[in-house]
Amino acid sequence: MHIVVCVKQVPDTKIIKINPKTNTLDRRSAPAILNPYDAHAVQTAVSIKEAAGGEISVLSMGPPQAVDIIKKSVEIGADRGYLITDRAFAGADTLATSYALSKALDRISKEKPIDLIICGKHAIDGDTGQVGPGIARRLDIPPVTNVIEVSDINKDTRRVKIKRKIINGYELIETEMPCLLTVEKEINDIAYSPLPNMIKAARYTPIIWAVSDLEDVDRTQLGLKGSPTIVGKMFTPPKPEGGHMLDGNADDQAKQIIDILLQNKELFSVN
Amino acid sequence: MSNGKSQEGRGPLMLDNRGVWVYVEQNEGVIEGVSLELLGAGRKLADKLEVPLAGILLGDNVRELAEEIIFYGADEVYVVESPVLKQYRTESYMKGVILLAEKYKPEIFLYGATPNGKDVASAVATDLSTGLTADTTMLDVEVEKRLLEASRPAFGGNIMATILCKKHRPQMATVRPKVMKALERDTARTGRVIEESLEIREEDMRTKVLEIVKDVTKKSLADAHIIVCGGKGMGDERNFGLIHELAGLLGAGVGGTRDVVEAGWLSHDHQIGQTGETVTPKIYFAIGISGAIQHLVGMKNSEIIIAINKDPNAPIFGVSTYGIVGDALEVLPILIKQFKEAFHEKGGEVTHA
Ligand SMILES: Cc1cc2nc3c(=O)[nH]c(=O)nc-3n(C[C@H](O)[C@H](O)[C@H](O)COP(=O)(O)OP(=O)(O)OC[C@H]3O[C@@H](n4cnc5c(N)ncnc54)[C@H](O)[C@@H]3O)c2cc1C
Ligand SMILES: Nc1ncnc2c1ncn2[C@@H]1O[C@H](COP(=O)(O)O)[C@@H](O)[C@H]1O
Repeated sequence: MHIVVCVKQVPDTKIIKINPKTNTLDRRSAPAILNPYDAHAVQTAVSIKEAAGGEISVLSMGPPQAVDIIKKSVEIGADRGYLITDRAFAGADTLATSYALSKALDRISKEKPIDLIICGKHAIDGDTGQVGPGIARRLDIPPVTNVIEVSDINKDTRRVKIKRKIINGYELIETEMPCLLTVEKEINDIAYSPLPNMIKAARYTPIIWAVSDLEDVDRTQLGLKGSPTIVGKMFTPPKPEGGHMLDGNADDQAKQIIDILLQNKELFSVN
Repeated sequence: MSNGKSQEGRGPLMLDNRGVWVYVEQNEGVIEGVSLELLGAGRKLADKLEVPLAGILLGDNVRELAEEIIFYGADEVYVVESPVLKQYRTESYMKGVILLAEKYKPEIFLYGATPNGKDVASAVATDLSTGLTADTTMLDVEVEKRLLEASRPAFGGNIMATILCKKHRPQMATVRPKVMKALERDTARTGRVIEESLEIREEDMRTKVLEIVKDVTKKSLADAHIIVCGGKGMGDERNFGLIHELAGLLGAGVGGTRDVVEAGWLSHDHQIGQTGETVTPKIYFAIGISGAIQHLVGMKNSEIIIAINKDPNAPIFGVSTYGIVGDALEVLPILIKQFKEAFHEKGGEVTHA
């Protein structure tokens, strides 16, 4: 089994600053972390490797500093990591991101065929969840989103059983490998990293590729140029009026809430 | 590509597309609420652009739903039926949607931001090589340029971003459930139904749905009449117990902000907001919650919002019906006590209606 996990470096804070000129994130304003969902994606790969054997590669597109999250992935249990980094990738929306990543995956699979690709459900900065399914389409493999359990991998039939979250429940589906999964956080808990992983991670240097290291790349599909969506304007939503403030001490305030509740008695049934 | 000004907004890039489309999600023959809401929102866009509004319906034996889609605002319904479409699968549904989009070329195409809606939209956008804006909460069009303005909360600040897709068609967006309003069902409305057939065989499908399990034990937050939602202001997990206690008394659902979920005080399925549930209960308690935009988009359409926060300038008061500036750790125990007394006096237990 060769599992590739796509991992993204994201800013970690609620006080991310926005560059008012370009309306883009000022990434220097916030510490960068491994996208939390992607940590669960790596952990999923680790569990699969424990059960079915194999190797785990991680792949990231981002600035040179993104080596940090590749090291973090090695700490969780990845065997190796690839970073694609190039000015030409900058400003990519989800369509251009999935294009670039699929080209890197093409090259990785030439070195060692890929059986399974795992992504996070979404990245907490852009928050779209579109890159995973996009990659699957470009590679023409089945996408399975919102995965909460990988229940059965059959290496002989090359089929895998997966629980997928849907509205009001889940579905159990079976699909063929290679396929692409996007995982929910509830799929697992991130285990504490064993010491050997920590040591390996500290010394690890990822494989770094630029656009010129990838084959058959149509440069017009990369970065800002290859992105159909743009941020038009940013605005603060119109401030709502706000309602009635309840005065008095805590006792009075509580009383007033009880009155409001009593006015809506139909919501309770009092015997 | 030419950069001549006269070329702006025209050219080889399918900008002649016309019409507003709504992907109508049905599960076991029942139309999802968000699809009806989108027909309401899409109606406004279509009227502004003076084009028809169409519903896109895929499934097995679903044609009879076409009428409902018209009652809720569509002028046209495109129907693709096949036994292979009995259950949702990306592979088959995507093929059906792409078939229609390539043949009839809409300019705007909206999907509910449900697991399946997001899934199909992401696949379709990749194949049509067009832009897709995720989880929008506001929609408008700039009529002259026929541009969809899809807005969503962004970047963790209290800020909205409008995403545009200028040169590719259709302009696509997924839209959060419960933020748009469905029209009244109008049985006098009439429309046109267009059927298309999809060449697809079960043998060629790579994915099989083995089983669908409805989670009946977990009462969905979305169905609760009252929700008590706590934020980071509760201080710690033990204090957060007061939220559970009040909710228990009221027969209410328990919710939390993302910070609360990340702190591990609640599981993710209780998170309310942009990356959690969107809810519209009759009464929503927001306790120790600052009111970040990502939280507000998930609850601001609740009927009565009661906010408790010790900071008088907290943005949550901007959306609240009733506000209390105070310490939740002081007010809640009193409220709980008074509530018990009030209902005890009436000699009875409170059960949820
Ligand atoms: C991409 C993205 C998606 C997000 N999605 C979501 C989402 O789905 N849902 C969500 O909720 N958030 C989401 N967030 C996070 C959001 O931006 C806020 O950070 C979060 O909602 C804040 O949670 P809070 O109100 O509990 O905490 P805080 O912002 O820390 O607010 C705590 C409040 O409690 C008050 N307080 C403190 N002590 C007391 C007391 N004793 N009594 C009364 N009041 C007190 C304080 O005055 C303060 O206003 C998202 C962020 C990003 C970047
Ligand atoms: N730049 C990137 N590098 C590697 N993986 C990415 C990148 N962007 C997105 N992904 C993957 O796609 C998932 C969804 O991201 P998004 O569509 O941006 O919400 C993430 O959880 C990652 O697994």
